[in-house]
Amino acid sequence: MPGRILAIALNTFREAIRNRILYLLLVFAVALILCAQAVSLMTVGSEEKIIKDFGLATIDIFGVLTSVLLGIGLVSREIERRTVYVLLAKPIHRAEFVLGKYFGLVLTLLVNTAVMTAWFFGLLVAKGIADAGLAKAIVLLFLQFLLITALAILFSCMSNPIISCILTLALYVIGHLLWSFDLLKARLTSATARAICTVFQAVLPNLSHFDVKGQVVHGLPVSAGDMAFAFGYLALYGTAILLLACAIFQRREMQ
Amino acid sequence: MAVLELDSVSKSYRTHLSLRKYWILRDLSFAVREGEIFGFIGTNGAGKTTTIKLALGLLFPDNGTIRIFGADAARPAARRRVGFLPENPYFYDYLTGYEFLDFHARLHGIPAAGRRRRVTAMLERVGLGNRADRQLRHFSKGMLQRIGLGQALIDEPALVILDEPMSGLDPIGRRDVRDLILDLKARGSTVFFSTHILSDTELLCDRVGMLVKGCLKAVGRVEDLVRGETPFWEVTLRWPSGGPPPCGRVVSRHEDEILVRVESQHDLHRLVSTLNGGGARLLSVTPARQSLEDLLVREVRRADGGEKDADGEEHGGEGHGADEPDGAPTGTAESDTVGERRAADAR
Repeated sequence: MPGRILAIALNTFREAIRNRILYLLLVFAVALILCAQAVSLMTVGSEEKIIKDFGLATIDIFGVLTSVLLGIGLVSREIERRTVYVLLAKPIHRAEFVLGKYFGLVLTLLVNTAVMTAWFFGLLVAKGIADAGLAKAIVLLFLQFLLITALAILFSCMSNPIISCILTLALYVIGHLLWSFDLLKARLTSATARAICTVFQAVLPNLSHFDVKGQVVHGLPVSAGDMAFAFGYLALYGTAILLLACAIFQRREMQ
Repeated sequence: MAVLELDSVSKSYRTHLSLRKYWILRDLSFAVREGEIFGFIGTNGAGKTTTIKLALGLLFPDNGTIRIFGADAARPAARRRVGFLPENPYFYDYLTGYEFLDFHARLHGIPAAGRRRRVTAMLERVGLGNRADRQLRHFSKGMLQRIGLGQALIDEPALVILDEPMSGLDPIGRRDVRDLILDLKARGSTVFFSTHILSDTELLCDRVGMLVKGCLKAVGRVEDLVRGETPFWEVTLRWPSGGPPPCGRVVSRHEDEILVRVESQHDLHRLVSTLNGGGARLLSVTPARQSLEDLLVREVRRADGGEKDADGEEHGGEGHGADEPDGAPTGTAESDTVGERRAADAR
């Protein structure tokens, strides 16, 4: 990674770890993982499943929240606060700035996810129900965070934090419901309408590739092919989103 | 050699719901020479900050070209030897003084081996050696200005661009910035700074450019700009007769001496030629020196008058002049530069 991108990434990471919001989210997440134990006591016969399900869902939700809440302001807040002026007056490419901000948040998410995972596995080991499949699920969740962060930074390059937040969360929800376009296409009679649905399916992020929570909780295996496909999908889709973000930011005027 | 060169640069903007174009800068051309201190003066809203943002690639011109050390200003490589301090600087307030300068040193690609020494030396140079571990959120405005100067100078830039560097500082802070600008020049750097504090400009600058409502009205040495036009003369006379002088206005009277203010050369000659007897004697003639402020005020008023006649376009519906890199005003057919008007007055 070029030195300037690394410098911006490390500074973004430093900003995140000095931000109280991150700790607030992390404390809530850790508390909720511990709550999984209490929730499991209220059910009969499926304590292990509830703990795993609850733990993975907590990591998912808080990881996404961290991606969105920190990601939406990565660029727009810099412009709003005018901190970006002195940076872009340096001999740096605007794309280096965008990528530096992105990788800084990726590093933050890595630490964040690692802390949540450590707590989760601590609980699982204590209960004697640790499972390697869960690790695969968490890796895929992390890949999902990377994609959502790319979307958040894309919107941050062209809009304010509120609109960026709405759009990113909307894409998160849509991204998990893309399968419903298949149901819709089956009911549509117009070829044009079906083609439009296909375009939407291709263009919108399909986050179901990163969601194997149900599988691992029920003890079903996650194949290497599924993992490779998720990595490949992130590499292509994430790169396209980041390139688009860089192109938009390149043309943006710092009023 | 021109360090910073703008050629026919214009910039406009449109409001969100309007198709109407508002001009911020019109046909701006000037050059900053190597090793000089160039003051960019003008009232608030004249377009000084916009010009600086264009030069740094933060904004893009509608037309015209901007070059830094001969390279297109939009290219990051052109800014390799440039240091910049914005007006009312906003920095990452979660960083300490040391971390902040270290971060900017990394952006300049200063290798790790010499970075610590460079950062520590810069903290000392801007007088913040004992604040290295304090977060910027606890800095006063003056300290922020100094740490801002530190990041601008961390890589020993050949061109330093400062946007209103004295704005909001107390007298000590202003003097520190003035000393620093002179020190930069002594070290061989070129300094381009915008300001509306004209006393600083007269003290510091080798040359100034005067921007009024987006149009460049004058470029040149301060002495050249303020010389030439004498708005009035103060004439001290021994005037025993006690009556009124043939022309001019009596400002003060002390025994048989009077101080008369005359506002044209014709009246001055007429007054002096009447001193031919009766004890009347000329004691002194003092031409009033025009200041940059007088010049700026007059240009602003002239532009305001011109704007009323314009067809509703903001900033620069009138003709405007431009100066060549050597600072000699050339203008165009409808040019309105100070240099041209002075030549007309002389004729």
